[in-house]
Amino acid sequence: MNRLRTWFLAPAATVTVVLFLIPLTVILGYSAMTRGAYFGLGPPWTLANYARVFDPLYGAVLWRSFVLSAVSTALCLTLGLPLALFISRSGKRRNLYLNLVMLPFWTSFLVRIYAWIFLLRDTGLVNAFLQKLGVIHDPLPMLYNDGAVILGLVYGYLPFMVLPLYATLERLDPFLIEAAADLGARPATAFWKVTLPLCAPGIRAGAVLVFIPCLGAFLVPDLLGGGKSIMIGNVVQNQFTTARDWPFGAALSLVLMALVMLALLAALGRRSEDLL
Amino acid sequence: MLAVYAAAVYAFLHVPMLVLAVFSFNASRYSVWTGFSLEWYRATFRDGELGQAAWNSLVIALASMLFSTALGTGCAYGLWKRGSRWISGSMYLSLITPEIVTGISLLAFYQWLFRYANFHLGMHTVILAHIAFSIAYVVVVVLARLRTFDPALEEAALDLGATELEAFWRVTLPAILPGVAAAALLAFTVSIDDYVITSLVAGVDSETLPMVIYAMARRGVSPVVNAISTLIVVGLGGLILASERLREA
Repeated sequence: MNRLRTWFLAPAATVTVVLFLIPLTVILGYSAMTRGAYFGLGPPWTLANYARVFDPLYGAVLWRSFVLSAVSTALCLTLGLPLALFISRSGKRRNLYLNLVMLPFWTSFLVRIYAWIFLLRDTGLVNAFLQKLGVIHDPLPMLYNDGAVILGLVYGYLPFMVLPLYATLERLDPFLIEAAADLGARPATAFWKVTLPLCAPGIRAGAVLVFIPCLGAFLVPDLLGGGKSIMIGNVVQNQFTTARDWPFGAALSLVLMALVMLALLAALGRRSEDLL
Repeated sequence: MLAVYAAAVYAFLHVPMLVLAVFSFNASRYSVWTGFSLEWYRATFRDGELGQAAWNSLVIALASMLFSTALGTGCAYGLWKRGSRWISGSMYLSLITPEIVTGISLLAFYQWLFRYANFHLGMHTVILAHIAFSIAYVVVVVLARLRTFDPALEEAALDLGATELEAFWRVTLPAILPGVAAAALLAFTVSIDDYVITSLVAGVDSETLPMVIYAMARRGVSPVVNAISTLIVVGLGGLILASERLREA
C-alpha cells in the first residue's frame, strides 16, 4: 500500500512545496535583506525591517486592523447567532434557510463589495433616496471610513459565522432546553444559561473563521476604505507594488501570518489541528 | 421576534445584490430609475476587453479545477490511508494564509526564478498559482467525504482479487464521487472569483474578469459593472443549482 500512497500524495505535496512553502521561504529570506538603490535587494542581513513594523505609523495600522477585525467578528456573532438559532428551529425549511446563508458565499466577493459602493457612494442609491425624501440636503459621506470597512467585512464573512453556529445548535439536545423550562427558567434565562454555554465551541470556531480573514483583508479596506481606512493587507500590497520596498513588505507579511496563527492558537489551542 | 430578526439579516445579505441587479436594467446611468433598458447588457457584450478577460478567467478556472481536483483528491486519499502531519499541516497553513501573503510570496518567487530561467508572468503563472491555492480546498472537501466511506468495502475488493489501484478506481472513487464533484465546483469558484492573488501574478496577456471589474469599480460606478455582476451571479448561481440537481439525481 505504501508505494501507492506515496504516488497519490506526491503530486499535491510537490505543488504545495514548490508553489507555497518555497515562496514563503523566499519571503522569509527577503524580510531579512536590505533594500537596494533601484528595486534591488540583497545583503547585508538585518532585522531592521521587523523593527520598522512596530514604528508608530505602522503600529497604528496593525492596531486598527486588530480593532476592525474584532468589531467585525463581534457584529457577525450578534447577527449570526440569532440567525443560526432561527434556522435550527425551523424544521423542514432548515436546508432552504441554510442555503440562503450560503448563497452569497458562492457569488463573487468582488461583486458583493461593489454592490455596497453602488449603494453608499455620494451619488449612490441611499443618498439619492434620502435626498429625495428631504431627510438630508447634502449627501452623507458613507464610504471611505472605518464604518464602511466594518460593514464590508461583516457582509463578506457573516456566512462563516453562521455555519459553525448552526452545526453546534443542530446537535444540541432540545430536551436540555425543555428541562430548563420545566425547572422554571424563562426562555431568555434558558438561552443565556443553557444554550449559549453549550454553543461555546461553535462560537469559537465561527469567531476564528471570521477574525482570520478579516485580519488579512485586502479588498474590503481597499475598495470601501479607499485609502483612508487601511489595514495591514493594504500596506503589504503597497510595499510590493507602489513603494517597492520588498524587504519591509516581506517582514510585514510574516508578522501578519504570525498574528493569524496567534489568533488561531488563542481561540482553539491544541484543537487547532482538528480543523483539517 | 426571532423570525423578524432573521428576516432583517437575510435582507442585509441579499437586498444589496438584488438592488444591484435591478439597476443593471436601468435606462439612466445615474441612481434614479428612469425606465427599463438592456443598454448596459449590450455594452457588456460589445466590450472586447471584457470578452477577452471572461475567456481568460474561464480557461484559468477550468485548468485550475482539473489539476487541483485530480491532485487534491489523490492527496486526500493518501492522507485518509494514513495521516501525515507535514502534509496536512501544509494544507492547513495554505488555507489560513491571507491571500495577500500567498500572492506576494508567489510574486517574489516568480521574480526570483526569472533571474535563472527565461519565462514571464502570464496565463501559466496564474494557472499554477490557482492550482496551488485550490488544492487545500479540494483536500478538505474530499477528506470529509472519505471519512463517511467504509474502508471495509475497499478491503472486500482487495479480498476478491482487485489490485490496490483497481480498488481505488472501481470502488472508492465512485463512492466518493459526489464529494469530488463538490470539491471541483469549489475549486472552480475560488479560481474564477480570485482577484488578490491573480492581480499580483498576472502578466499583460492574462487579465481576468475580476481584474477588469476591480479596475472599473475603482474608476467609479458604471451600470456596465452592474450588468456584468448580474451575469456572474446568475451564471455561478445556475452552476450551483445544476450541480445540486445532479447530486440529487
